[in-house]
Amino acid sequence: MVETKSDQFLNIKNVSTAFKINGQYYDAVSNVNLEVKHDEILAIVGESGCGKSTLATTIMGLHDPEETKISGEIDFEGTDLLKLDEKGYNQFRGAKIGMIFQDPLSALNPLKRIEDQIQEVMIYHTKMTEQQRHARVIELLNQVGIEDPERTAHQFPHQLSGGMRQRIIIAIAIACKPDLIIADEPTTALDVTIQAQILDVLRDIQKENHAGIILITHDLGVVAETADRVAVMYAGQIVEQGTAAQIFNEPKHPYTRSLLRSMPQRENENDELYVIQGMVPSLQKMPKQGDRFAPRIPWIPASAHEAQPKMHDVGDNHLVRCTCYKNFYFPDQVKEGAGHESN
Amino acid sequence: MWKTILRRVLIMIPELIILSILVFLLAKAMPGDPFTGSINPKADPAQIHHLMEIHGLYDPWYQQYWNWVVHLFHGDLGMSYEYQEPVVTLIQQRGANTLWLALFTMVLTYVIGLPLGLYAAHHEGKLQDTLVRVYTYVTMSIPFFVVLVLGIWIFGYALNWFPTSGSVSATASGLGATTMSRLGHIILPGLLGALFGTVNIVQYLRSEVIDAKHSDYVRTARSKGVPMKDIYRHHIFRNSLLPIAAFAGYSITGLLGGSIFTEMVFSYPGMGLLFLNAINFRDYTVITALVLLYGFLNLMGTLLSDIVLSIVDPRVRIE
Ligand SMILES: Nc1ncnc2c1ncn2[C@@H]1O[C@H](COP(=O)(O)OP(=O)(O)O)[C@@H](O)[C@H]1O
Ligand SMILES: [Mg+2]
Repeated sequence: MVETKSDQFLNIKNVSTAFKINGQYYDAVSNVNLEVKHDEILAIVGESGCGKSTLATTIMGLHDPEETKISGEIDFEGTDLLKLDEKGYNQFRGAKIGMIFQDPLSALNPLKRIEDQIQEVMIYHTKMTEQQRHARVIELLNQVGIEDPERTAHQFPHQLSGGMRQRIIIAIAIACKPDLIIADEPTTALDVTIQAQILDVLRDIQKENHAGIILITHDLGVVAETADRVAVMYAGQIVEQGTAAQIFNEPKHPYTRSLLRSMPQRENENDELYVIQGMVPSLQKMPKQGDRFAPRIPWIPASAHEAQPKMHDVGDNHLVRCTCYKNFYFPDQVKEGAGHESN
Repeated sequence: MWKTILRRVLIMIPELIILSILVFLLAKAMPGDPFTGSINPKADPAQIHHLMEIHGLYDPWYQQYWNWVVHLFHGDLGMSYEYQEPVVTLIQQRGANTLWLALFTMVLTYVIGLPLGLYAAHHEGKLQDTLVRVYTYVTMSIPFFVVLVLGIWIFGYALNWFPTSGSVSATASGLGATTMSRLGHIILPGLLGALFGTVNIVQYLRSEVIDAKHSDYVRTARSKGVPMKDIYRHHIFRNSLLPIAAFAGYSITGLLGGSIFTEMVFSYPGMGLLFLNAINFRDYTVITALVLLYGFLNLMGTLLSDIVLSIVDPRVRIE
């Protein structure tokens, strides 16, 4: 595992994001604490509906203030983003924080040429001339692996494949060399072969720009391939956090272990996959007491969970929520062996 | 883009041929013949038979069709029984009246509709939006002819602000005076038509803008750090107005057909009234000509809107 040297520049402290539903606020993200350093890829992983995108758009400041309540602090290079007004935020969006979205098919304006869509971000954050911007567009398109940049720059989104469009979105996100890149499921909508290429592009960029990347995904395969550190998110909370090695080799939290066990693997291709019971609770049905994951592992006695689960350091900054991990086992396993089981 | 337009124009040729055949067959199916009204019905049957022969009315239908098409290209659509004038002359006079009213209505419709739609969408869910929606619901739920009758009664007869019939005052002379008089005659019907026609535009534009506001590409623009007012200008308004621009091509040809309601209530001598009278008097040559014209306008309308769309929307172009 690469030991990262540079300082953390993004520090998310106790951030909660609540949506207004029928006049009442419900947390989609609850008291999240995270840090990102330069030169690292932090993966946030969890099933769909766990609040990953909500966290990402909270960092970007994209929520409608009339429909959401956000608390906590997002310290970005010394500025608390949550205290900024719209104008102040725009100095960060695109310039210091770039965002890559899940669906490359709809994330580009269908009526504007690729070139204009990439240049737009430079217009607002640089003093480059039209010529310089064009040169930079070509450079970016090369960087994200577009074969005929001049031609592509002149095309419209519908003329490009999904993979190409995602490269364009990445080009937009990195155009102003942001320190932080948030990639929300950047490969989910793409074919497997394209996925690998896009992940390569992201990794290369991270190396070249010394950026920190938050890579959001529900796919542990993607995490294994790219991440330096991993935060596992369940029902709005971080339930486990550590280096990729810690998470993959010594997973602790029942949710992490369940995710790993339900991940398809080459060697046991023919085995039946483990399926986690039940579903991620909706915002209104969030359990108020005990581990939020408890209803999905009903064979574990309630006494194993803390009433208000806290994060525990199990060594080397490997954090786990709740004490239930100590005695967790899968139903098909004998209780004693449970502690040593890894996926 | 040119390829798209060319292809679109080529597609229209078979459409036109089919339309003309249908209209021709329709004309043949109507009672009467080209001499109805111009020949004494008590004339010698042998003589009528002779006339029919000279005019090729015993030829096979495709021969007759061909003759009919040739006449059509020479601008000969036959005589109106009712007016005893060439149909073409009639259509020219009425068409000009309808054209002015149509253009005026259309301009007003967009001048009122576009800002209203944008305004409502911009203030989505707020009081301003609600007011605009109340306006659209009210105009939508009142039948058009009621609006017309009320309008002409209040502003025409009661307040006497506008003339209540015709297309130009008989006493007006000189270019300036006639133009003013023409304008005076179309203001009220145009305004009422626009107030009514505006509903579609307002609702369509409103929902387009709201969709665009919540679209992924606007979110992308926001995450580039583009201020919201610029996003409105460069992304939202532009993208929402394009389909409307394309629709305009279609609606102008629709308006050229003349509004039967408006022309009837305002006794405005346009195409709509001509059609209505032709039906009342069973003026078959006029009916045939107008059906042909309406069909043609319809095809032109879709052609026009497709062309506009291919200019403004890169997705429908063939490269
Ligand atoms: N704008 C919103 N209003 C209300 N609820 C929302 C909104 N956006 C997301 N949610 C809810 O918040 C939860 C987390 O959603 P999301 O952040 O999209 O999860 P993920 O990205 O992990 O799949 C889900 O239950 C979702 O239904
Ligand atoms: Mg998501």
